[in-house]
Amino acid sequence: MNASWPAIRFTVNGELRAVSVPPMKRLLDVLREDLHLTGTKEGCGEGECGSCSVRMNGDLVNSCLVPVLQAEGAIVQTVEGLATKGVLHPLQEAFLNCGGAQCGICTPGMLMAAAQLLEQTPHPTLAEIREGLAGNLCRCTGFMRIFESVLAAATQAEPEQPHAR
Amino acid sequence: MRGNAETHQLVAPGTLAAVLELLAADPGAWTPIAGGTELMVAHAAGRLTAPRLVSLWGIPDLRFIHATPETISVGGGATFLDLRRNAELAEAFPLLALASGWIGSIANQSRATIAGNLVNGSPAADSSPALLVYDAEIELVSVRGSRRVPYSAFHTGYKRSVLAADELVFAIHLPRRFVRHRQYLRKVGTRRAMAISKVALAATALTQAGVISEIRLAAASLAPFPTRLLRTEAALLAQPVTRGTIVAARAALLGEAQPIDDIRSTAEYRRRVGANLIEEFLLELQQETQRP
Repeated sequence: MNASWPAIRFTVNGELRAVSVPPMKRLLDVLREDLHLTGTKEGCGEGECGSCSVRMNGDLVNSCLVPVLQAEGAIVQTVEGLATKGVLHPLQEAFLNCGGAQCGICTPGMLMAAAQLLEQTPHPTLAEIREGLAGNLCRCTGFMRIFESVLAAATQAEPEQPHAR
Repeated sequence: MRGNAETHQLVAPGTLAAVLELLAADPGAWTPIAGGTELMVAHAAGRLTAPRLVSLWGIPDLRFIHATPETISVGGGATFLDLRRNAELAEAFPLLALASGWIGSIANQSRATIAGNLVNGSPAADSSPALLVYDAEIELVSVRGSRRVPYSAFHTGYKRSVLAADELVFAIHLPRRFVRHRQYLRKVGTRRAMAISKVALAATALTQAGVISEIRLAAASLAPFPTRLLRTEAALLAQPVTRGTIVAARAALLGEAQPIDDIRSTAEYRRRVGANLIEEFLLELQQETQRP
């Protein structure tokens, strides 16, 4: 960190944060390196894979394509902000119960894209889920279990059995 | 090689007037950046050569969709999600709404702006064919004032346009006179989302007593920049929609298309698909003219 960079302030998961970093530094790198929020992953680094998806002012964005100066004053939510007080978000519960996560690299981005979708469309069709998650690539699950997880979260389906952790 | 954030300056003056002042003070020194869906990709790959960038993101003067009875005007800073969410635009200009849904994914559509799509000047730009067949006009603004150019005259070559170094795209103006036209837009790519066109074709047309009285055709990836297919249009104007006309239109399109071989497709494939797309559109038009 170089103290000569002017501070850039924004809210992350409800907390006001300030960073002194180059304004062209990617929001992804600021989240991971400066704020130590390593839940957000880097996949392709060019906006194709969705691993770095976060929500900014209510929109889904690829944090690898956001220069941090453009986040000044914004409200940012990362995967770390989904659970509240140790209670998992219904989407996180559903991903666990339905096998929606395997290696885990795509999972934070999938969760954020799914959270965005359910906020806009609380009861999506399978086609709407496919579109909402089209920018998030998974190379483990073949996607079906992810779509089922989102459907389950949307219908608030009771989990078949409590997940052991 | 990774880009180094410390080697690029980025400023955010926050208002249109302040950005225009900055551009005018040293024309060519500053590169505007809006949603970053193009320039940040180059940055990540270490290909961003611009040393000084000025942010257009979040400038309210540029992000609007304004409708009058005659025109819908889209601010250059409107995102493709803004376009998709506007019901009036989708009704008056369905091809533009459709194309907006083709831009990358939701996370790209929430950041990519319509002016960025045009200024970037890709031959494969998704919004361009629709804008061309709707006779869109581009309003450019600088401290010197504003001027309007037909979108069909905006691109002048591969990644080149009439935009001056001190100018920004302020708005895209769409005349609302296409609701009765037969409209067509099809993109051929490798997958529905996140794909860049191998080829795309847009059309608007009117017929009178089975004869084509008005036609506009535009293509992506059939030329060095998005362009109308004027020779193919000429082959169709004042013609009845018959098998012979379709054959002539295919030939005209093959004659004027200048596709290339690249990472996404081959020139030959693009030619053949382009001809198939014009045929598909004309068959739709033929069915319509034969309807009682």
